[in-house]
Amino acid sequence: MVTNITNFGRSGLSDWLVQRVSAVILALYTLFIVGYLLLHPGLDYATWSGLFDQTWMRIFSLLAFVSLSAHAWVGLWTVTTDYLKPTGIRLAVQTVIILAIFVFLVWGIQVLWGA
Amino acid sequence: MSTLQVSLYRYNPETDSAPYMEEFQVDTQGRDLMVLDVLHLVKEQDNGLAYRRSCREGVCGSDGMNMNGKNGLACITPLSDVVKKGKLTLRPLPGLPVIRDLVVDMSLFYQQYERIQPYLQNDTPAPAIERLQSPEDRDKLDGLYECILCACCSTSCPSFWWNPDKFVGPAGLLQAYRFLADSRDEATRERLEELQDPFSVFRCRGIMNCVAVCPKGLNPTRAIGKIREMLLADAT
Amino acid sequence: MSNMRSLTFDAIIIGGGGSGLRAALELAKSGKKTAVLSKVFPTRSHTVSAQGGITCAIASADPNDDWRWHMYDTVKGGDYIADQDAAEYMCSEGPKAVFELEHMGLPFSRFDNGRIYQRPFGGQSKNFGEGGQAARTCAAADRTGHALLHTLYQNNLKNNTTFLNEWYAVDLVKNANGDVVGCIAMDIESGEVVHIKSKATVLATGGSGRIYASTTNALINTGDGIGMALRAGFPMQDMEMWQFHPTGIYGAGTLVTEGCRGEGGYLVNKDGERFMERYAPNAKDLAGRDVVARSMVMEILEGRGCGENGDHVYLKLDHLGEEVLGKRLPGIVELSKTFAHVDPAKEPIPVVPTCHYMMGGVPTNVHGQAIMQDGDGNDQIVNGLYAVGEAACVSVHGANRLGGNSLLDLVVFGRAAGMFIESALNEGVEYLAASDSDVESAMKRINRWNESEDGETVPELKRALQDIMQNAFGVFRQEENMQKGVQQLAELRERINNAYLPDKSNTFNTARVEALELDNLMEVAEATAIAALERKESRGAHSRYDYPDRDDVNWLKHSMYFPAEKRLGQRDVNFAPKTVDMFEPKVRTY
Repeated sequence: MVTNITNFGRSGLSDWLVQRVSAVILALYTLFIVGYLLLHPGLDYATWSGLFDQTWMRIFSLLAFVSLSAHAWVGLWTVTTDYLKPTGIRLAVQTVIILAIFVFLVWGIQVLWGA
Repeated sequence: MSTLQVSLYRYNPETDSAPYMEEFQVDTQGRDLMVLDVLHLVKEQDNGLAYRRSCREGVCGSDGMNMNGKNGLACITPLSDVVKKGKLTLRPLPGLPVIRDLVVDMSLFYQQYERIQPYLQNDTPAPAIERLQSPEDRDKLDGLYECILCACCSTSCPSFWWNPDKFVGPAGLLQAYRFLADSRDEATRERLEELQDPFSVFRCRGIMNCVAVCPKGLNPTRAIGKIREMLLADAT
Repeated sequence: MSNMRSLTFDAIIIGGGGSGLRAALELAKSGKKTAVLSKVFPTRSHTVSAQGGITCAIASADPNDDWRWHMYDTVKGGDYIADQDAAEYMCSEGPKAVFELEHMGLPFSRFDNGRIYQRPFGGQSKNFGEGGQAARTCAAADRTGHALLHTLYQNNLKNNTTFLNEWYAVDLVKNANGDVVGCIAMDIESGEVVHIKSKATVLATGGSGRIYASTTNALINTGDGIGMALRAGFPMQDMEMWQFHPTGIYGAGTLVTEGCRGEGGYLVNKDGERFMERYAPNAKDLAGRDVVARSMVMEILEGRGCGENGDHVYLKLDHLGEEVLGKRLPGIVELSKTFAHVDPAKEPIPVVPTCHYMMGGVPTNVHGQAIMQDGDGNDQIVNGLYAVGEAACVSVHGANRLGGNSLLDLVVFGRAAGMFIESALNEGVEYLAASDSDVESAMKRINRWNESEDGETVPELKRALQDIMQNAFGVFRQEENMQKGVQQLAELRERINNAYLPDKSNTFNTARVEALELDNLMEVAEATAIAALERKESRGAHSRYDYPDRDDVNWLKHSMYFPAEKRLGQRDVNFAPKTVDMFEPKVRTY
């Protein structure tokens, strides 16, 4: 077995599963948003804002954000292990990625639930 | 006289600072030779050309190489299958260190094979005769045990190129599944445990180059899918 | 010599095919310091090409099967110069060896009751030839050799055998007493030449079909062990006995298993006649291989051959149906399409008898110990030297091997040699060490090639050798022709002794390996030629126009070829099995 401490779920199987489940959630979310935009051709700010005022939509959006974060981490971690062979650079890039994902996630939550 | 232009990857570490391509003209006398026959003809022109060969009938797996961009066995690849515009370009299998000309160092490939413990494990005392196995159970090994370890698949796999030390690769995984699928093997749990990290199996991205090049028509991608199913069933 | 590196082992096994790996497995389990030295990665050895199966009375297809019947078939198939004690050992120990292979994981095909699938093969009978055709060949589809070799390699990995892969054994090293105490070997990748010291040196180097222009054998089958032993002065046994397999694919030489006929295929001539019914009314297409091959040549010579030149016959399989072909003979379907451009489900395969197997080799006892003769013609053990598999002549195959008996030979005698060497080492073995001059004399040959400056090159000489053998020592032989062949070989030897190796580089120099192989081909060819010329009778695979009959008065003997004088002597055949009555020589019909 190959040991790792930097991947998402500490196991290839859980990473793989996370990647698939998050992909399904992101696909549903995308379909929903696209469908919503198509059904509301002259969309104005009030309608859009109204949508995001509803709790279920906030939960759905948060789920999508979390999925996106996990998906991005698993995916980008894999890319770094494929292409960045020097350990120092790989670790640095991985750190930047995880920090960026963290920041974007917190920021996203703030947008959803903020004032 | 029908001349074939053969472009060959050449490298001899004793004399060459870098590899280069060398052109040869080979008279095929209009026959649809196998690529290996062409190599024999080139070797008569240049004694120093190095390549591996043994059975010359596609069962020993010695002469895997890259022919006009696609991996395969030189001995069972007729010129009519690969030659384009009268030209044949031969390179060593990609992704492994070159020892000389078309000969690559296969150590990493063999290490991955050894890592999956490619032997039957069964600690139950054996009967005085053979262990019984139903024809249906035996059928599950078809498409798996026939692997000849030629490395055409693993060396056409980008995931193996990037992580030859960590990703088992299609050939090794095909054999891993050959033992997982064997009704006589008792080490299923231990085998799965060894494979559940992010590299060994899961670095397979389903590119399916392995399936496209396997000279025996085997399907490592399907075997990898089966291993994933077993891992999932075991862990959820 | 002081600058040459040396490696020391309890036992060195030269050759990584079936017999070498089986012997190695036994020794690895015993904890002896053993190494397998192979010029190719072990699974590239020629055992991998074996197709039809391993013949053994495991009583699966027929619960009443008996190893004695198998022994009878083997002795009869060998035209009565198989050693009966050895045939007895192989046939009675066989089931144990086959079950071991199954326990190791060999993926045998199965019957519905879960037991190992067995198919009929040539020369098999029940009840000592009285009970009709037997089905005794255990098979893994038509890839039994592949399955067997990979299984053995895998189990050697499991038992941590040391491998010297892509190393080439150059010559044996003998000490002042004439004991074999190791060998000179070259690491092909680096070109380094190493002195390997060993208490037991096992030749498991396989056959040498490449002495013929047309052969089913792999390109690596160059008789390296035979060449080494002959150069070291040891005699060879029954070297005139070469099996021509009835069904090599016309033009390509690749093998089509006898299992095709076992599954119900048969041979036809240009008139579509199933001609084997005339030559072997009972066994028909499943007569001994020598009989079938001769019949095919007769058909061709009498103008009933197929194709434009009438120089081959057809193997008909289409009546078996796609399902049987796909299930039982998938590899044959593949090979036919690749090499004959024929789909056997629709058209017959063009086939011709093709050199396949060397029945002769290093004479050994059932423990694999090499044998030579003292001044009075008595057997004498060669200390330190063993041989197993096709390189050895135990002899279980006599003048003609039965299909499926080669794989059994490999595992039974590989195992036997391993066990014997283990106990011999346990009892303690001490030989005089090789002196510098002993090592130097083993280096002579490789030094000559390395110092060669001008002359003919290897490919042309190899072709010349193969043409001589093909023309003068084929299926049918004749005095005048053979005399000419022997003469031509003598001249060729001179040319080879002065041949030139242009490429002197060290890294993976395959040209050097091929040059060293050529020397071995030369040794085997000459031994074959002289033995064939001197055996003045027809027996098994050795058939002569000028001596068409078997001569039991003068030639119910092994031939022994002595390389120093290039002389052919004789050795008694064993007629003393331990647990059964011996089989009296009878007229051999099928």
